[in-house]
Amino acid sequence: MKKFNRWFGKNLIRIYAVMGFTYLFIPIVYTFVFSFNDYVRSNLVWRGFTFDNWTDPCAPLDICPALGNSIKIGLIATAGATLLGTLIAFALARYAFKGRGIVNTLIFLPMATPELVLGASLLTMFLDLGFNPGFWTIVIAHVMFCISFVVVTVKARIASLDPRLEQAAMDLYANEAETFRRVTLPLVAPGIAGGALLAFSLSFDDFIITNFNSGTTITFPLYVYTHAERGLPAQANVIGVSMFLLALFVVLAGQFVGRKRKVSA
Amino acid sequence: MSDASTSAKGDLQLRNITKTYGDFNAVDDLTLTIPEGSFFALLGPSGCGKTTTLRMIAGLEEPTAGTIHVGSTEITDMKPYRRPVNTVFQNYALFPHLSIFENVAFGLRRRGIKDVKEQVDKVLQLVELPHLAERKPTQLSGGQQQRIAVARAIVNRPALLLLDEPLGALDLKLRRQMQIELKWIQTEVGLTFVHVTHDQEEAMTMADTIAVMNEGRIEQMGTPADLYDNPQTAFVANFLGQSNLIKGNVVATDGDSHTVDLFGQKVKVNKNRSVARDSSILFGIRPEKIRIQENSHTNSGCVLEGGTIVDVSYIGVSTQYQVEMPWGQELMVFEQNDDGIPPLAKGDSVKLSWEPVFSFGLNGHEDASAGSEVNPTEDE
Ligand SMILES: Nc1ncnc2c1ncn2[C@@H]1O[C@H](COP(=O)(O)OP(=O)(O)OP(=O)(O)O)[C@@H](O)[C@H]1O
Ligand SMILES: [Mg+2]
Repeated sequence: MKKFNRWFGKNLIRIYAVMGFTYLFIPIVYTFVFSFNDYVRSNLVWRGFTFDNWTDPCAPLDICPALGNSIKIGLIATAGATLLGTLIAFALARYAFKGRGIVNTLIFLPMATPELVLGASLLTMFLDLGFNPGFWTIVIAHVMFCISFVVVTVKARIASLDPRLEQAAMDLYANEAETFRRVTLPLVAPGIAGGALLAFSLSFDDFIITNFNSGTTITFPLYVYTHAERGLPAQANVIGVSMFLLALFVVLAGQFVGRKRKVSA
Repeated sequence: MSDASTSAKGDLQLRNITKTYGDFNAVDDLTLTIPEGSFFALLGPSGCGKTTTLRMIAGLEEPTAGTIHVGSTEITDMKPYRRPVNTVFQNYALFPHLSIFENVAFGLRRRGIKDVKEQVDKVLQLVELPHLAERKPTQLSGGQQQRIAVARAIVNRPALLLLDEPLGALDLKLRRQMQIELKWIQTEVGLTFVHVTHDQEEAMTMADTIAVMNEGRIEQMGTPADLYDNPQTAFVANFLGQSNLIKGNVVATDGDSHTVDLFGQKVKVNKNRSVARDSSILFGIRPEKIRIQENSHTNSGCVLEGGTIVDVSYIGVSTQYQVEMPWGQELMVFEQNDDGIPPLAKGDSVKLSWEPVFSFGLNGHEDASAGSEVNPTEDE
């Protein structure tokens, strides 16, 4: 018993870590395993192993167009939110203008407001303005809620930037534009990239706001939701797992580049 | 860009420069001419406005009032990148995302110079760090970063180089070596250097002209020897080296010397070495100029009697004494250990003497301790 206690004490952190990771990864493993299920209609019972779902992910009707919509919306919304968010972040971090404090607070509002309320209000607004809900209303909605996240990430990065670096650049004959391009932007870039990744994953993932403003357009989350009742094809798992692997790759690549930057040249 | 760096040449002139933060004058009505090609040191305690002054010259800070000229060209409102000025920043400010090579090449590239390799290599050689060219600034030690900061500025050969404590992070040996390098570069290329430092020895050995700054103003400006021998204020007398300053009254003037009464004892000071405005005087004598002897001796020159040794520190080449005088003030005496006579002991009664030419007189209404509490000699 004493021996066990000592062993337990020594390995407590390890046990805790294993339990934590198990908790985090079981759903993902489950998704992964069931992407190989030889399913019929619904993907709830294990019926045997197959590669078919992976070799033909577009087999179920509508799944790939929905994915395509999600990716398109994600990319456009990310581009818009990143551009606008970065500009807002620079304005907030660098210029003292009237009402800066208020803007600083207001920028958090979309993050704090319940999505249901945002989605419903947006729909009302679009209808009042005479917009037909669809692809572009989704894009506009996504840009709107992604901006806050981009602003927050980029602003933190700008705040940690030593203003003397830009002064040194100016001192070394770089004018305003060159200073921005050669010093400011490269140093803020990791923040912008982080904001963009966050924006894309938020947009790709969004169900609630999208559901209100989609009209007849189907995105991947909407597809999954509507098919969950009738039986979700295993191809949805394939796409889910692929997105997970892609995200993992981006994170690992980012860390690798970051480490390489630090260690060698 | 390069047009300004080539065209504007001549003396650097600051006229009535003031910089105010809120209601605090960081730099206070400063007027200063720095001759072209000179090595000018700005010396002063922390917070006296040295960095602020440099930043205004570099164009990184806007003066609240006053003008800055290089030769006949006014540069007060010129953008920093148009000025023929480069700065070695107090905190280096190396670009963390660029290699050492690219850091050094930055200024050259911005001026449109294509073939930078030779110049960069040469200047890296000069600071003895050519093997670090491919590294990033975070992979360098503080001293190495500092040398790269110097290299990044001097590679541009600006008409005017501003150095904000560029050698502060180096150990003594490297510092001496870099001082020699810098001095060599300055004379060789004929650049004007404005060198900010805490280290009076550095200022004394390197500079042609030193300006001692205090609370946003220039206290005194001159050659190192002139400042040391003829301090005009108590602050300069205490800040540059150490001084004994004794309150007294001028009681007589004959020929070219004043007779000064110091708590009942009479000493002399040359008229032209005294800046006292009336009979009230701060009588000054440097510790190393004083001879210390037992009371029985007879002396020539100025003599002060009735001292008691309260502290002795033997430091090899010399011995430092603290001597308490009858009026309660402690005076400092540095004696060279070159006469074979064993040092005096604590408690001994002594008299102090010196040649009258060494004494100087300051305005008697000044605070005798000004500048002594900020004297940085000990901690450098
Ligand atoms: N941006 C600022 N806002 C308010 N006060 C400032 C600012 N910059 C400098 N000061 C003040 O101006 C004074 C002079 O500062 P400066 O940096 O020129 O000192 P310094 O002589 O370079 O000191 P050190 O030797 O410690 O570097 C200081 O009292 C400082 O607190
Ligand atoms: Mg400073």
